[in-house]
Amino acid sequence: MTNEIEDIEIGLLLEALYQRYHYDFRQYARASIKRRLIQARSHFGMPSLTALQERVLHDPEMLPRLLAFLTVQVSEMFRDPGYFGALREQVLPHLRTYPSLKVWVAGCSAGEELYSMAILFREEGLFDRTLFYATDINPDALRAAEAGIYPLDRIRKFTENHQKSGGRSSLSDYYRADYGRAVFDKSLRANVVFSDHSLVTDAVFAEMQLISCRNVMIYFDRGLQDRAAGLFKDSLARNGFLGIGSKESLRFSRHAAAFSEFVPAEKIYRKREP
Amino acid sequence: MIPSPDGAVAIGASAGGVQALLALLPTLPADFPWPIFIVLHVPADRSNVLAPLFEAKCRLEVKEAEDKETARPGVVYFAPSDYHLLVESNGDLALSSDEAVNYSRPSIDVLFESAADAYGAGLTGVILTGANEDGAAGLSAVAAAGGVALVEEPAVAYAQAMPQAARNACAAAVALPLEGIAEHLKGLGTE
Repeated sequence: MTNEIEDIEIGLLLEALYQRYHYDFRQYARASIKRRLIQARSHFGMPSLTALQERVLHDPEMLPRLLAFLTVQVSEMFRDPGYFGALREQVLPHLRTYPSLKVWVAGCSAGEELYSMAILFREEGLFDRTLFYATDINPDALRAAEAGIYPLDRIRKFTENHQKSGGRSSLSDYYRADYGRAVFDKSLRANVVFSDHSLVTDAVFAEMQLISCRNVMIYFDRGLQDRAAGLFKDSLARNGFLGIGSKESLRFSRHAAAFSEFVPAEKIYRKREP
Repeated sequence: MIPSPDGAVAIGASAGGVQALLALLPTLPADFPWPIFIVLHVPADRSNVLAPLFEAKCRLEVKEAEDKETARPGVVYFAPSDYHLLVESNGDLALSSDEAVNYSRPSIDVLFESAADAYGAGLTGVILTGANEDGAAGLSAVAAAGGVALVEEPAVAYAQAMPQAARNACAAAVALPLEGIAEHLKGLGTE
């Protein structure tokens, strides 16, 4: 019974967030969102999700604090080194033939993937002709991404991943250590546009040669995954590339036919000719 | 309201878990009536070798769980390494890369708590050998939702900390040796 009441409360809370603040989590995969909401309820010391809803409806300052539970992802630089290796070896040789490039890191969270991409493009000599878009729905995450500062204790893993991905330089070339933090070089974000964008409610905004959106769609239900896949299809230039998370798939999507598998093992797809 | 799926088994294992599962899963018949979900702690960067290892030795179909697939009876689903495995209320599987829980991803608690929500009294949760305390809260959730809670008898488990912690946390848990757990599972869904 508690469980059924909680399910009702979750539906109402998500509806409230949408109506009040236009953050739309209503089509997120429910089991994960429930886990996060219950964590938030317990963190804020609320007796119920209804009480949490009451608070967030009436107190806008609660919104970012709740968003931190609902959206923030802990990622790593060069997470899944094989993915970045495949971009380097198999995708970038195609991108090299373009005089200018647009790359979209969708759901950039705190920026780990964006900086990985920027470093990869710099190592391969493509950085200067590339405009990167880094988008997320969480303004705090975007600010963190723009700052590019990570705890030093995470750098060891980042460095290891970078090397495994076939890195041609040392990661330490790109940051300076400062009071237990690694501050990434601001030149890495010289060609980056950081922007608020929702795969749930927003539209196409530019024509990309590469879109990387990893472990974002995994949190969507099937309908919303379809919307996102359609948005990526419409945002890609002819023969553009799409990279998704290692356990994500376009197979169940109604847009599956619009993409061919380019590097199947690393979940890199290519938009088919229309 | 989506009708709850009938029943399922959720198993959590850590240190010594491969051996324990090798003693358990091959005893189950090919017509086992429910899906079986398994979280086995393995190093995050280990490629996903579990499903092929067990497939060769089981009469049941064994596979790595995929995001959004519908759980089928008689199939064993392993959580992929470095992802949490959850069950949605309609019986679909979901993966997540949320932060580790109990230092673990996949986490047994995450699987058990979501499966308890989805299956309620139809769920049997089993905590096998392990050297940490993941699964204790999850097994309590299984029992609280009316499901059956089993732990491997700590005294004979390869590593006793995990089944012991689950037993301490969950008063309703029944401790059985692996053979007893196998017998219990074989009897499921037949009454």
